[in-house]
Amino acid sequence: MLKLFSVKDKQKQQQEANAGAGKPGKLSAGELRIQKDMAELNLPSNITISFPDGKDKLMHFFITIRPDEGIYRGGKFNFEFNIPTGYPHDAPKVLCTTKVYHPNIDLEGKICLNILREDWKPVLSISSVIYGLQFLFLDPNPDDPLNKEAAQLFVDNPRQFEQYVQRAIHYGTYINNVHFPSCTA
Amino acid sequence: MDDIPMDDDERCRDLDLLLTRPGRLVGPGFEPCPELRAFLQSSDCRVLCVGAGGLGCEILKDLALSGVVNIDVIDMDTIDVSNLNRQFLFRMKDVGQPKATVAAERINSRVPGVRVTPHFGRIEDQPADWYRSFSIIILGLDSLEARRYMNSVVCGFLEYDEAGQPDLSTVKPMVDGGTEGFKGHARVILPGHTPCFECTLWLFPPQTKFPLCTLAETPRSPVHCIEYVHLILWGQARAGEEFDTDNEEHMKWVYERAAERARQYGIHGVTIQLTQGVVKNIIPAIASTNAIISAQCVLEALKTLTCFSTGLDNYMMYMGSTGLYTHTAKYEKDPACPICSAGVPVEVDPDSSLQQFIDQLRSDPALGKHLSAPSVSYGATNLFAHGVFEAETAPNLARRMADLVPDDGAVLTVNDKRLRGPMRVRMRYSSSMKA
Repeated sequence: MLKLFSVKDKQKQQQEANAGAGKPGKLSAGELRIQKDMAELNLPSNITISFPDGKDKLMHFFITIRPDEGIYRGGKFNFEFNIPTGYPHDAPKVLCTTKVYHPNIDLEGKICLNILREDWKPVLSISSVIYGLQFLFLDPNPDDPLNKEAAQLFVDNPRQFEQYVQRAIHYGTYINNVHFPSCTA
Repeated sequence: MDDIPMDDDERCRDLDLLLTRPGRLVGPGFEPCPELRAFLQSSDCRVLCVGAGGLGCEILKDLALSGVVNIDVIDMDTIDVSNLNRQFLFRMKDVGQPKATVAAERINSRVPGVRVTPHFGRIEDQPADWYRSFSIIILGLDSLEARRYMNSVVCGFLEYDEAGQPDLSTVKPMVDGGTEGFKGHARVILPGHTPCFECTLWLFPPQTKFPLCTLAETPRSPVHCIEYVHLILWGQARAGEEFDTDNEEHMKWVYERAAERARQYGIHGVTIQLTQGVVKNIIPAIASTNAIISAQCVLEALKTLTCFSTGLDNYMMYMGSTGLYTHTAKYEKDPACPICSAGVPVEVDPDSSLQQFIDQLRSDPALGKHLSAPSVSYGATNLFAHGVFEAETAPNLARRMADLVPDDGAVLTVNDKRLRGPMRVRMRYSSSMKA
């Protein structure tokens, strides 16, 4: 316990307008943590990052993944990251802003990735999320899908699934009456 | 409402017994004297109550009846019918009015001499200096986020002296209360001395989040059905419209579709109340829990202001569902807390380059083992960072430290993959000049 107030001495504590002047803005805990994540984020050549609000606004950025192997090779997929103020206690919010035919990504861009929701832990980082997203392209998961039809086709006829995906990427195409514009890397 | 006529001495009889008599359970440096009561009633003693809801109403009442005169209350909410079972300062006719304003009005009219000033708005909209003007801040908040914000503001005032000891004149005391059903807690935060909110953040369990694909394909409970409509169906069927938890029509739409989905899957239990609870994250509130926790909070505030009794050190929890149980624990500060810790002191030659500074850190006997490839930043500015900003910050490595960081005594943030979190380094420029 501390004696913070003294009536007899009558000193004006805590009224001094000291400190705070001229110092750079203090970062919140979430921003400090993102700064750490960025310093430890080593992106391979097929993944890039951009900050639409400038380099000082680290809480909003885009990640672009260009898979160079697998079913989605040759495509360019953009993900919008919004880091909530509760980070790293709360998971980053990620949306896929490229229309893609994928069992685990729906047409609004929502992504079914366990570490973005129920398996998120504060010890994870932006790097872990990016690994997870890459993995989705290399190994789509047809069990418990967000896009039922895509999952069904992936299981029933993997060759045709890959053909659809490649056609969508390189030329754009209609699949089940939904248009997927081309998104070449 | 008739006030019971009382003169000051009669009203404050119980308080005076605590403030004017010595005792064996008093705080450090306690000086029993009538000036203590005068201090509580003076303009030197200003107390801020953050929140005018379940805890806030009780806190305001307790403060006012305890003899504190200058009280401010801030709340961004308006009064809802569901508040009326426990937020006793409000009546049916007040529904829709700002909580802070009505609460202040009621206390001012009920307790002669008190001056409660309301602020209807968000805590983030007030400048840090406004918070600095209070003697003590009591929190009656309902979210982790708001608590972290207030914690960062209050710990932002903390300064350490050259010996690495907290400067007492910059310690802004804060009392944090929280309740949830039959459970509650009260804790005292003295930045630099007791753990701040961030120091113990890891103690909170993660929130329950369901996998999106479970919601979409294999719902098993009424909550799954509600969350499906709330998180997935809304975006599909009403694209572009932001879901508003206070909009009755939005809530009804979600409830109806959730009920339909539940019927489809043979799940029972979707009600409008459950829908509201899930979507707004509501846990039913109980008046007695709020009363108990607020009482503890105000008591701690009074103790901090006057030292009339030994203060809570530093966390009390209350459980009331199967009896009345409280437990007090002494939480410990995290010496590496990015919000409230002192930072490792390092003496630096102002003419050295950033590269030389980094080499100095790496060869430091105490710090070096934690550092393999450190990144250094000053506030939001990256001085040199690996990873994403490596190419553009590399030119800074050759620059002079005193040019990059003009302030002596600045606190830099050092990140390294070997460190669990950011490390604070308090730099002091030595007066030696290089030849």
